Amino acid sequence: MSLGASVDPNAAGGPAMPGPPGAIPPPASPVGRGAPRTAPIVEIREPLGARLVGAMAAPTLAIFSALLLFGVFVAITGRNPVAVYYQMYRGSFGTWFSFQNTLLRAAPLMLTALATALPLRLGLVVLGGEGSMVIGGLAAAAAAMAARDHGPNGMKLAMLLSGALVGGLWMATAGALRAYRGVNETIATLLLNYIAIALLNHIVEGPLRDPASLNKPSTPPIGDDNMLGNVPGLDVHWGLAWGLFACVAAWVLMNRTTFGFAARMVGGNVRAALLNGLPVGRLFVITTLIGGACAGLAGSIEVAAIHGTANASLVTGYGYTGVLVAFIARGNPLAVIPVAVLLGGIGASGGLLQRVFDLPDATVNVLQGILFICILFSETFNGRAPAFLRRAARSDAKTVAAPEVEMVAPADAKTAVPADAKTAVPAVLGGGG
Amino acid sequence: MADGSGVSGVALAVLGGAIRISTPFLFVSLGECLTEKSGRVNLGLEGTLVMGAMGGYGVSYLSGSPWLGVLAAGFLGLVLGALHAWLCGRPRVNDVAVGIAMMLFGVGLAFFLGKPLIGPTAPHLPSISFGFWSSSAQVRSALQLNVLFVVGLAMSGVVLFVLRRTRWGLILRTVGESADAARAMGYDVNRVRMRATMAGGFLAGVGGSFLSLFYPGSWNEGLSSGQGLMAVALVIFARWDPIRCLYASLLFGGASALGPALQSVGVTSGYYLFNAAPYALTLAIIIATSSRDRALVGQPAELRMAR
Repeated sequence: MSLGASVDPNAAGGPAMPGPPGAIPPPASPVGRGAPRTAPIVEIREPLGARLVGAMAAPTLAIFSALLLFGVFVAITGRNPVAVYYQMYRGSFGTWFSFQNTLLRAAPLMLTALATALPLRLGLVVLGGEGSMVIGGLAAAAAAMAARDHGPNGMKLAMLLSGALVGGLWMATAGALRAYRGVNETIATLLLNYIAIALLNHIVEGPLRDPASLNKPSTPPIGDDNMLGNVPGLDVHWGLAWGLFACVAAWVLMNRTTFGFAARMVGGNVRAALLNGLPVGRLFVITTLIGGACAGLAGSIEVAAIHGTANASLVTGYGYTGVLVAFIARGNPLAVIPVAVLLGGIGASGGLLQRVFDLPDATVNVLQGILFICILFSETFNGRAPAFLRRAARSDAKTVAAPEVEMVAPADAKTAVPADAKTAVPAVLGGGG
Repeated sequence: MADGSGVSGVALAVLGGAIRISTPFLFVSLGECLTEKSGRVNLGLEGTLVMGAMGGYGVSYLSGSPWLGVLAAGFLGLVLGALHAWLCGRPRVNDVAVGIAMMLFGVGLAFFLGKPLIGPTAPHLPSISFGFWSSSAQVRSALQLNVLFVVGLAMSGVVLFVLRRTRWGLILRTVGESADAARAMGYDVNRVRMRATMAGGFLAGVGGSFLSLFYPGSWNEGLSSGQGLMAVALVIFARWDPIRCLYASLLFGGASALGPALQSVGVTSGYYLFNAAPYALTLAIIIATSSRDRALVGQPAELRMAR
């Protein structure tokens, strides 16, 4: 949304502050001239370098403090933290074999993280990645049975499509309930998770059970020829490519399209979005549909590339770890990729920790928990602690890029609300917005 | 099924199951109710519950006294609640996200520390027979009430009394309805919420000790099936009323007991679907009582979660 204004960032006050209209020197802003006569709220955008440093500093510090805290924890249990970290590195990124293992775990995490990250941009907190993943995997297995006669490619296509579709519809239910009924989406997705797991158990035990699966009730195997293969040159299945593609596509959708602009506007200020005539309810439904489709795709990839059948192994917990990834990435689909790889690596190193140090497998969960807490805690310093770093980066970039001016919303959105709109507008904000 | 097979047998099994299963739900939902009345959500009670189960079992095993275990579980919950409240008291920290983090942390830590406790047997909590008047073995087993359930019954009354009739309850509700008003009256909003969250954590921890010290009655990693998370839904379901928390927990427990009860009389088809019954029921009731353009009755205005 660059309007090409040349506003001196220093004249406009603090860094990245969505400053009040008064903070902009009026004559310096050409926005007001051609534009309608409503004074715009203008957001000063810093150059990319400064923004990146500003966005990265707090999480980086948080990750380091989490590693420190976990080191203390490990030391209390009588292990050498340095040795533990060395083995964790070996078990996640140190060798080609372990790195592939990490990527294998990162692939579904990217997809389940998108299920939370996309609705997060609209201000919805969704925990339903697990349910959509489970139900998507189940749908994929059912589709494989139905598409038996259509050859390997037909079956793969049917599995991926139906998994994404069913997973998307599953989560869109929660989006629609929120939009049109005011049901809290966090609770609804949580309940849908449990219902999905019960449904999986029911169908796998009953209607679609393969009589040959004795100890672990499963659907009939899809057959080795119809499984999703590996990416050429890697020991990692195509799910990784799907995950990367989905993250990039989601980023484009959220940052380079009008849909994404509208979605982010809803996340920023629902009332302003409503006043601008944005279909908030429809945005809720579509975004949860897309997010759920990503998680559903993760489920169908689990079936099509790893298990070859749908059974209780689909309940992996990837959905909940995906929530963690989405929050650490702060809802940014591109940031989801490195975070998913990081958490995939932590997960992958669990086995080695167990073997070498006799640490319980829950060790990695403790680290994840500490990490998550530290990252959330760092939010409180966001935009404050790293000021000196940003200033440095800003002076570097000053000659390269002029700061962008972004128009966000009519200046007095609040005062422009007619008195009776108070009762009419917050309808979509949900029961008690 | 010697006597009372069929409908009455199922009804008794559901009743007994409802009481057994509902106790942890009752404690966790009472704790969550208290916390939410102060205007904050604690999704981390799942972690608190599992930590309470682990800690209670460990202390009971080491000390030989299950009651010390219950106290220890409550104390662990208190500490976790304080941590949650402290984190949420910082500016710009989202309480829902912190709750999820505390859940992962609590569950992870409990599994980590509880690894050596998976084998040994700890002394259990006693139960009281309220079915002495009946000659039917089924009635008697259904009315084997655990002491903690009775305590929970009393607690729902106590929480109601504290919220409605005490000065502290009034301040707590004020903070939950309007932090600004409370601040203007000179109350420290963060401190009130800290106390409410700690009290809620204590109750949730005690609820966890019921899981490991009575039913199912041992410590393992599959102990909790999301009771702590569900409590948050149950509080919405109960409209932030402690007495309705009791009813909601019993209803949820009864719905959970339906599948096993039917199985015990030979109805096995759809067993796994019955597992979904409590969740589907909760969802249905929440959908039915929600509305697009007004807040739920009884909902604290400061609450971010239920919007």
